[in-house]
Amino acid sequence: MRRTSLFNIGSVALGLAFLYLPIVILVIFSFNASRLVAVWGGWSTRWYVELINDTAMLESAWVTLRIAVLSATAATVLGTLAAIALARLGRFRTRVVFSGMIYAPLVMPEVITGLSLLLLFVAVDIDRGFWTVVIAHTTLTMCFVTVVVQSRLLSFDRSLEEAALNLGCPPFRTFLTVTLPLIAPALASGWMLAFTLSLDDLVVASFTTGPGATTLPIRIYSEIRLGVKPEINAISTIVIAIVGAGIVAASLLAKFHDLGRSRDARPAAP
Amino acid sequence: MTTRPNIDRSWHVRLVVLVPYCWLVLFFLAPFLIVLKISLSQTAIAQPPYVPVLDPAGGWQGFRQFVAALSFENYAFIASDWLYLASYLKSLEVAAVSTVLLLLIGFPLAYGIARAPRRWQPALFMLVVLPFWTSFLIRIYAWVNILQRDGLLNHVLLALGVVGEPPAWLSTDTAVYIGIVYSYLPFMVLPIYATLEKMDEALIEAAADLGCPWWKAFWLVTLPLSLPGVVAGALLCFIPIVGEFVIPDLLGSSQTMMIGQTLWTEFFANKDWPVASAVAVVLLCLLVVPIVFYQQMQARNLEERR
Repeated sequence: MRRTSLFNIGSVALGLAFLYLPIVILVIFSFNASRLVAVWGGWSTRWYVELINDTAMLESAWVTLRIAVLSATAATVLGTLAAIALARLGRFRTRVVFSGMIYAPLVMPEVITGLSLLLLFVAVDIDRGFWTVVIAHTTLTMCFVTVVVQSRLLSFDRSLEEAALNLGCPPFRTFLTVTLPLIAPALASGWMLAFTLSLDDLVVASFTTGPGATTLPIRIYSEIRLGVKPEINAISTIVIAIVGAGIVAASLLAKFHDLGRSRDARPAAP
Repeated sequence: MTTRPNIDRSWHVRLVVLVPYCWLVLFFLAPFLIVLKISLSQTAIAQPPYVPVLDPAGGWQGFRQFVAALSFENYAFIASDWLYLASYLKSLEVAAVSTVLLLLIGFPLAYGIARAPRRWQPALFMLVVLPFWTSFLIRIYAWVNILQRDGLLNHVLLALGVVGEPPAWLSTDTAVYIGIVYSYLPFMVLPIYATLEKMDEALIEAAADLGCPWWKAFWLVTLPLSLPGVVAGALLCFIPIVGEFVIPDLLGSSQTMMIGQTLWTEFFANKDWPVASAVAVVLLCLLVVPIVFYQQMQARNLEERR
């Protein structure tokens, strides 16, 4: 018996409206011909044209993209290793310290993470810039990858791995041929998560950046402080479109992956 | 638990632990010790802008001089200035009120999704998570658009005749609460949904069959069973909100700053690194209990599933 009461429908509808309305409004007003943000002056792509001519903004977008790809890739490698260590390797000494260092960054206020990393870079006298932001974002996002991958490692049937090991397959080969294909969707979504977190980060990047590495959020933030500009709506719309397309692609991919697997697993099923 | 075949402790298995372990010790743990050290230093017009600086060439004598030069002056300064105390209290207040608001909005939303027809659930779940993927900064900016004095909200309110004069929404606590609830809602909904979805509905039916009214069944069955999700969601929201910077900075007033803003100002505007570090250490001390609690919960959760 599953009752879909009016109250349930209402709370879901209101909740989703609250989540989506501001974004929809932001996107619509990026096509506004008028400079005044609240006055509708007809449809126009004027702000997108201005954006293309804004070399500083494009430069920042390019820097941000490179940082996000590099740090997401490093975070996926490190985060997956950490997930395997937590989910598979049983007890080792100082495991408590290790799991503490994995879960604490998830809730640690960004101002603290940012400040502490900056002071580290100053203490060891590294020039701040592109690479320090990459290191900071890798540290920040790898723990999210660990949580995603670990949850996948714990949910699939471990007897598959054990069968391979029992049949004499070396552990590393077992990992490559059995475990890795099974956790591949989690690696993909972990990478996506790390990528978007890096793309999005203002606070940690502000602390750890240096000359020549002004990321998009830092530039957008300084523009917002000066007031609302339609151009910001335009760049925001582009970011939303790119991330949205990425998510849709990733979920379709996961769906095909699952479909293919279930067909392989149950060839006789109707 | 089944016996596991040959868990070997060869070097490449050790490497699996060692690489992420060393990375985190180097870039997560060690920096905190440096923050602690600098919070005991004094500001200086130098590069780096604090004294004393530990010089390894100084040997044991140099180290003793270095330790002797450390002081708790910055902490005494923070304790003596009302501004900092007010800032901490404000942050805790905002975080507590927001967490309650998030619970009031997030629980019905999670409940509604968990009770929706099975085939809709993945789509509804996805719809809640999706905004979390779009930029945090952009979502706050979307609210700046709506809440500014000649923004959409005031246009609608004026058109409906609800208000005569356009009220100022930006730079108020209301705006901060709207921004926080908006940004953190997925973090509250997800853990609650996860526990509600696992719940056996037969329990509610049994309660109903035995003549228990729905509100009593909710109070006695649903709520206690969803408590782990509620606690996880509350911690996942409360802890980062205490240190929140972007939302109060863009939507809030500059009258009473939250502690994240105070730290930011000390660091970027006043260039007082030692005081900023001391502010961070005190903030961390405030949060260490909920953080450890959260971490224990996650670790226990993991052990159960292993």
